Amino acid sequence: MGNKQTIFTQEQLDAYQDCTFFTRKEILRLFYRYRDLAPQLVPLDYTNKPAVTLPYELIGSMPELKDNPFRQRIAEVFSEHGDGNMTLDDFLDMFSVLSEMAPRDLKAYYAFKIYDFNNDDYICKSDLEKTVNKLTRNELTPEEVSLVCEKVIYEADVDNDGKLSLEDFQHMIVRAPDFLSTFHIRI
Amino acid sequence: DGSDDNEEGSAVENEETVKGTERKRATPRTRRGHARGRDRHGDEEDEDDEDGTRRTGHRRHRNRRRGRAAGNEASDSDMEPAKARKNEANQKSKEDDEEEEDEKGGKSGKGKNEKKGDKKADKKGKKEKANKKKKDKKKSGSGSDSESEEEPITEEELAKLKEEVEEKKKLIATLRNKPWKMKKKLSVLKEAQLFVEKFEGALGKGKGKKFYAYKVMMTKKWMKFQRDFENFKTACIPWEMKIKEIESHFGSSVASYFIFLRWMYGINMILFGLTFGLVMVPEALMGKPYGSLPRKTVPRAEEATAMNFATLWDFSGLAQYSVLFYGYYNNQRTIGWLKFRMPLSYFLVGVGSIGYSFMIVTRTMAKNANDDGGGDDTSFNFSWKMFTSWDYLIGNPETADNKFASITTSFKEAIVEEQESRKEENIHLTRFLRVLANFLALCTLAGSGYLIFFVVRRSQQFALEGLENYGWWERNEVNTVMSLLGMFCPTLFDVISSLENYHPRIALRWQLGRIFALFLGNLYTFIIALMDEINLKARYLLPFTLEEEKIVKYNMTIWEASLYNGTIPENSTAPPIQVDPADVPRGPCWETMVGQEFVRLTVSDMMTTYITILIGDFLRAVFVRFFNYCWCWDLEYGFPSYSEFDISGNVLGLIFNQGMIWMGSFYAPCLPAINVFRLHTSMYLQCWAVMCCNVPQERVFKASRSNNFYMAMLLFILFLSTLPAVYTIVSIPPSFDCGPFSGKTRMYEVISETLEHDFPSWFGKVFGYASNPGLILPFILLMVLSLYYLNATSKSYKEANLELKKKLQ
Repeated sequence: MGNKQTIFTQEQLDAYQDCTFFTRKEILRLFYRYRDLAPQLVPLDYTNKPAVTLPYELIGSMPELKDNPFRQRIAEVFSEHGDGNMTLDDFLDMFSVLSEMAPRDLKAYYAFKIYDFNNDDYICKSDLEKTVNKLTRNELTPEEVSLVCEKVIYEADVDNDGKLSLEDFQHMIVRAPDFLSTFHIRI
Repeated sequence: DGSDDNEEGSAVENEETVKGTERKRATPRTRRGHARGRDRHGDEEDEDDEDGTRRTGHRRHRNRRRGRAAGNEASDSDMEPAKARKNEANQKSKEDDEEEEDEKGGKSGKGKNEKKGDKKADKKGKKEKANKKKKDKKKSGSGSDSESEEEPITEEELAKLKEEVEEKKKLIATLRNKPWKMKKKLSVLKEAQLFVEKFEGALGKGKGKKFYAYKVMMTKKWMKFQRDFENFKTACIPWEMKIKEIESHFGSSVASYFIFLRWMYGINMILFGLTFGLVMVPEALMGKPYGSLPRKTVPRAEEATAMNFATLWDFSGLAQYSVLFYGYYNNQRTIGWLKFRMPLSYFLVGVGSIGYSFMIVTRTMAKNANDDGGGDDTSFNFSWKMFTSWDYLIGNPETADNKFASITTSFKEAIVEEQESRKEENIHLTRFLRVLANFLALCTLAGSGYLIFFVVRRSQQFALEGLENYGWWERNEVNTVMSLLGMFCPTLFDVISSLENYHPRIALRWQLGRIFALFLGNLYTFIIALMDEINLKARYLLPFTLEEEKIVKYNMTIWEASLYNGTIPENSTAPPIQVDPADVPRGPCWETMVGQEFVRLTVSDMMTTYITILIGDFLRAVFVRFFNYCWCWDLEYGFPSYSEFDISGNVLGLIFNQGMIWMGSFYAPCLPAINVFRLHTSMYLQCWAVMCCNVPQERVFKASRSNNFYMAMLLFILFLSTLPAVYTIVSIPPSFDCGPFSGKTRMYEVISETLEHDFPSWFGKVFGYASNPGLILPFILLMVLSLYYLNATSKSYKEANLELKKKLQ
């Protein structure tokens, strides 16, 4: 095989292939996308694993993410320290989970994390309210928002603690017919 | 103890293989701690390697590493001998265990550097070509064990090791599915890979990897293909984006009207194809051209105005004497060199259009019923709306806007449903109010019915007395009254329905039903009026028609003879003088008249709709928008404000329009074409008007999953529309002077004629037997029984379905 690229070692590429849903070509393409966000910050040689992190603003301005109301949460969930600044590893991880090859359980796990705004491992009423307001751009009245959140908790809360745990969420989302097709970014 | 040794051995092997790469970063000790934390054995392993370098006697033990020697040789050349020896030793068989143990005894204080060097080279070699056998592993394992190991590894230890390796392999294969951060995944991967490499043949592993990559690539290609195909299929559906946009802003009920419109457009295209391709085109291409026959020529009297726009707009003049209407067609049995049977084709297309329409409406109803019964899983309605409605693929601000609007509308619809289901009702009051509302609606219907009846009677009176004596109002009384009723009664029904306090979807159905009854009344009177005219002709003129026929024919011969300057020979054999067909006197042609009426009605209906939209919606919106600044009260919130889209009015308009088409297309083959044009422009105009001039309703509600309510009404109208056509085909004789059936006593005779001439004689006999009432009646009985049986089985299936659903819950 003509192995002309010098960005990664063969080992690194193989390891990335094993750890994500991407093929070799796609990983290289993703690297170039990552680099295009800030060519002066990202070196062309990753063989010695430089510790380069891109700030959230650059990530959030990508065409695939800029219209998504949850882009901030997505970046925070996948970033190393939870602040939205991403290394190449985080970047690959994010798009791997959001690719169409990722299985339902994996996506459900990360979806739960994304919608858990306060990072307390539960989706509580305030998280739900934030989600609804982001989805409708604050068009619903507070009573309507409250009604919606109550209904969601009523429907999905299995252990009756007034908030959704990961199990509740997974139990609800694996039956959703649209989940796999909507929780999907193609890059 | 033995298994412990094995584990230690494997740990040691692990360390061995890992050491090479990690040499740069970590000391062997650190790594040893990482691997299994068995420093003791790590040391021993070091010593073992040193022995290998030092003592040639160890060559045998290193034999098992021979397989890797080739690969190893590629790396550190100065370390080669040591490596080679080590490798060879590794490949040795179990029998050499004891020898190793002996050697182990001698280990002590070897220089670490040398060991390190050896190990590094060894690891590199191993990385390139890990073909260590399990026996080898056990060998070194047993070798690294101090003095205890004397027996060979047992089967269970072998099995356990195998299991572990399988586990590690599985872990590597599913690593990408684990919800860990990339760092963790990478390190776990490395560890697992080393472990597996140590104890497994590289050949098998390498192959597996390639095959997996190939499989992944094929899966991805297949998914991409599927996606592209879906996109292509969606792109083929006309107006999909428009309708989606309307759906996002106005809700699914308004969108259901447009989906219905699009479906109707499809049906009309097929009808158009049938009439155009099988009736109009053959006659135009292969029939006698314009001007060759009297029926195909504009009479001399009308010739002057035949080409005027006013005449054409009225569908008389040149338009009347063309393939657009029934009267143009000649009754020749076959035309052209293809021997195309024109009358037969005309008849079959007429009957076939009706048959196709029945079939497609019923089929759509059945399909919708299927979807409905398929299960409406609403157990996680709100949750799914919240967590799966945003489409992460959206990368375009306009699409995002639409999506936000659509999500908001969808939530509002669901909230309405929820509020309705939570409503507390005072049963008695509600019932009383509903009964009152129905009573009022019935009164309105009765009143409108009587009004129309009264007006039609009056107009018939006027007609008898001669219309010239009366002004515009008297002449157009029926039309105007019907239009006015059509405009004001629905609003009245709307007001009445506010008494009833129904769920908006149910309220819409009641509204539709009442307006349907109203329009039906209108249509009924219209048909009565038309039928009256035809019947008039049929009943009064039938005896006269025969007389008239004779008279006209006699007149024709006299007139012809007058062209000869001679007497009237009864059996003249003189060559007929060429007379211009325009001059020949014509017989009456009621079919064309009827066709013209329908066409005029359709065109005027179309004009009315467009003007209503432009004035009622557009001008109103412009007025409200721009005069709001200088008006006393807030125009946008008070009266008149922007209009809402009138779903019921538009749906019923569409259905009745289609009824007109079905009734009239037998007499005017051009009707489906006109309707296709009308629906096409309607779609664009109404889509634009909705987005530009209308506001969404206060309470957007979800349309029912199926459009079966509309379909049921359409089916009813279809049935009603076919009755007049069937009646005329069966009971009324066709005009003698125009159309493809002229000369026959009944239109359906064309079938028997075809059977006689074009099919072998036995076919006619069979057909004769089959159409015997003695055979038809039992057949009908059989159909009724099978209907009953199928209905019963479907009911039982539904019940079984419900039972199962309950069990699943």
